[in-house]
Amino acid sequence: MQTSVRKKEISPLLWGLAFGIVFGFLLQKGGATSYDVIIGQLLLTDFTVLKIMLSAVLVGMMGIYAMKALGWVELYPKSGSAGKNIIGGLIFGVGFAVLGYCPGTIAGAIGNGALDAVVGGLAGILIGSGLFAALYPRLRQGILKKGDFGDLTFPRLFKVNDWVIVIPAATLIFIMLYWLERAGL
Amino acid sequence: MEFLTEVRWSPYAVGVGIGILSWFTFLISRKPLACSTSFARTSGMIEKLFLGKKVDLKPYYQKIGLAVDWQWMLVVGVIIGSLISALLSGDFRWQWVPSLWKTAFGGNPYLRVIVALVGGVCIGFGARWAGGCTSGHGISGTLQLAVSSWISAICFFIGGILTAHIIFILIG
Repeated sequence: MQTSVRKKEISPLLWGLAFGIVFGFLLQKGGATSYDVIIGQLLLTDFTVLKIMLSAVLVGMMGIYAMKALGWVELYPKSGSAGKNIIGGLIFGVGFAVLGYCPGTIAGAIGNGALDAVVGGLAGILIGSGLFAALYPRLRQGILKKGDFGDLTFPRLFKVNDWVIVIPAATLIFIMLYWLERAGL
Repeated sequence: MEFLTEVRWSPYAVGVGIGILSWFTFLISRKPLACSTSFARTSGMIEKLFLGKKVDLKPYYQKIGLAVDWQWMLVVGVIIGSLISALLSGDFRWQWVPSLWKTAFGGNPYLRVIVALVGGVCIGFGARWAGGCTSGHGISGTLQLAVSSWISAICFFIGGILTAHIIFILIG
């Protein structure tokens, strides 16, 4: 009995570790764990990061929505609001350019030997997260609730079948990637 | 198996790989790929070492829970996976100052670390404010067609592109 309970607790953690190893391996092979590649993207001189993200979204979206149609998976869209996603997103963006890594790629950069990521960036992210936790009681009923729209997805927003959004979104991403290649970026 | 020792793969191969990886995280773990909440948990756990159990009672930590979970292990895995990839290809190196930074602002490690610290504070704070980061919103949320994630991801890049241009074109 006790061993089965323990197995139940440990198995998700091992899956998390295994998925993380694959994720980190891929990020490093793509160059996304490198400051130069990330800043190159933000300076619009190197489109590696956007190519990785858009092709991941294209493939991920088709598969997840197909599995959803089969009843194999459910979705976990995050709830949001204008105050939350626009302001938070812009603050994150400023940090993205100043640090040159994001929370996922900084873990990869640490594995790659980036010491500015360990000593500066990681410490900063921990401080920034703690700062938010301290301010959260004052923010949660105010600015974070401004323009609240809940855990909406585009198919539900437009009240249409999933594929009415998935197919055009996939086509649009494909055209963007094709256009990036054509433009030699 | 030679592809494992290559320094770089095509960004499309990497993107397709991450897309397929996300199928399996949904199927097996019933969770999307995401990273940033683990940093908030770590921050809370460190605070707890100094201030004790009352840290658990902070509303934000009650919301996310201060424990090592699936996503926390995922982030540990990312460090290991990147290390394996870099060691296999010989791309691993200890480095204080990235080369693009060195070209614009010189090789002083203290300056780079202070700027990285400031950037990290914004990232940590902004990720919690927006409720996710480049993986949770930028990849996993957008592929689910979540409205919150598309708004966030677009704002990440608007803020990032403007700031990078200010840093490297106006100052650098």
